[in-house]
Amino acid sequence: MSSTQPQPLLEARDVHGGYGSMNILNGVDMTLYADEVGVIVGPNGAGKSTMLKAIFGLLNVNHGEILLNGQPIHNLPPNRLVERGMGFVPQEKNVFPSLTVKENLEMGAYLKPQNVKRMLEQVYDFFPPLVEKRHQPAGELSGGQRQMVAMGRALMAEPSLLLLDEPTAGLSPLYMNEIFDRVKKINAAGVGILMVEQNAKQALAIADKGFVLAAGQNRFTDTGAALLANPDVAKSFLGG
Amino acid sequence: MNELVFFINNVVIAGSVTGSIYAIGAIGVTLIFSIMRFAHFAHADMMTFGAFMVLLLTTAFPAAGASIGVPTAILMLPLAMVLTAVLAVGIDKAFYKPLRAHGVKPIVMVIGSLGVTLMLQGLIRLFAGTSGQSLYVDDRKEIFRIALPFEGARAPIVITEPQIYLFVITIVAVVALHFFLSRSRLGKAMRAMSDNPELAQASGINTNTIVAVTWVIAGGLAAIAGTLLSLDVTFKPDLSFFLLLPIFAAAIVGGVGHPYGAIAGGFVVGFAETLAVFNWNVLLRPFRDSLPAWLELPNNLAFVGTEYKIVVPFFILVAILVWRPTGLFKGKVIS
Repeated sequence: MSSTQPQPLLEARDVHGGYGSMNILNGVDMTLYADEVGVIVGPNGAGKSTMLKAIFGLLNVNHGEILLNGQPIHNLPPNRLVERGMGFVPQEKNVFPSLTVKENLEMGAYLKPQNVKRMLEQVYDFFPPLVEKRHQPAGELSGGQRQMVAMGRALMAEPSLLLLDEPTAGLSPLYMNEIFDRVKKINAAGVGILMVEQNAKQALAIADKGFVLAAGQNRFTDTGAALLANPDVAKSFLGG
Repeated sequence: MNELVFFINNVVIAGSVTGSIYAIGAIGVTLIFSIMRFAHFAHADMMTFGAFMVLLLTTAFPAAGASIGVPTAILMLPLAMVLTAVLAVGIDKAFYKPLRAHGVKPIVMVIGSLGVTLMLQGLIRLFAGTSGQSLYVDDRKEIFRIALPFEGARAPIVITEPQIYLFVITIVAVVALHFFLSRSRLGKAMRAMSDNPELAQASGINTNTIVAVTWVIAGGLAAIAGTLLSLDVTFKPDLSFFLLLPIFAAAIVGGVGHPYGAIAGGFVVGFAETLAVFNWNVLLRPFRDSLPAWLELPNNLAFVGTEYKIVVPFFILVAILVWRPTGLFKGKVIS
């Protein structure tokens, strides 16, 4: 990185952390700029989702630091991070099942009720299938549509950084491509994206930056294309 | 014809009265459970507290209602609702919030609420005594007798003034709650928190505010239920306490955490009770000639005696827990 680069949106330095005093992360470094899509891949138990949760203040960071726009944020509670422009979409239980699609989205802008109308239009723009379903309870939607509601809810708060925990888990390949397509569009609209993915090849194909984690540490960090082309990465982490 | 009037008076009106009171009580229980995930056993005594506030205010200003033509007790109800809401928020701050902060299991909260029950009941007894007192201090309880314009209709339909207020206030409260939950930002946030507390927090919803709002609504509704019950009969410190079982039965029948279910559950339990103690002999009497001669109708043909009324909600509760533990509307299961 040259010194003329602008300030990174997200910077993590030597992060150690986990549940209680037991560390799952043993020194993770990450740098992500505002116009980038970052993808975290790696084997099961590598600490991918744990890293995402550590960034969103859901578990303890015991050592190291996490900066958002240059400001330290580690160990701030989630609602403060929402105020600072971070959005988080959990892998499971990521919608309010008994609320309608529209009400789910409104809850995303709970702290900025004056923005609801404008943001609703923008979210419907990103996810046209939701327009038709807006008065249906989110619990009745298919997995892919529910993922759209979950991402839409997080976008309603106008985040500068969106964290996605396995957004395509359990989705058909058709929906998977659609979600990745939306991720690129959301990123193009100026939202930095950091996501954890099991579908590593497809995810790295759209990634500006890829982080390969193993045993709670960075194994490879490079552009998505370079990681895909790297024979070591392919052999050990992408199934040959 | 007279049999039908008897049925309207003893089942339709009586069942609606009981059902309305159960419904309003059960809404509070179900809202508290959906936000705080525990069965609030002190709810019935919050109802008594509300009625006691009305009694105090009515005794202090007995003639206040006459000037605008409503019973003083009804005039004092909004003020009593506010006071009960304040009490509910205060109880939460003093007793339940520290328990929540410790992250205790729901059963600890339930036992805590039992303690609150004993304290509230003792406190009310200390000031109100143990005997029954009418909330009609200065006013007279109007009784309306509506004679039917049919030949041979001797008995009129009987409905009392507090019963009419009960129906009107129940409808207003239910409609207001519906609009609050479905239209307002806070109401939607309440439903969101009931659905998924972690995600509500991740959306920036302040869960402490939602908890306080829940207590305000539950307290206000408890005051309504307790007052309307005491107006229909008389005020007694343990009157509402004996409704705890049917109110919980109503909440569970409707599906815990489901406010509309609680309303339905309230009326199901209320009418079941009323129908169980109803003397069916009266309805069969007109058909006596067409019944076989060997069939002798007993004079009292009810499923259970009035004194065993309380077993009805108990049986409903057992039946629903065995066959449909999530209630009529899919609710949560109290653990």
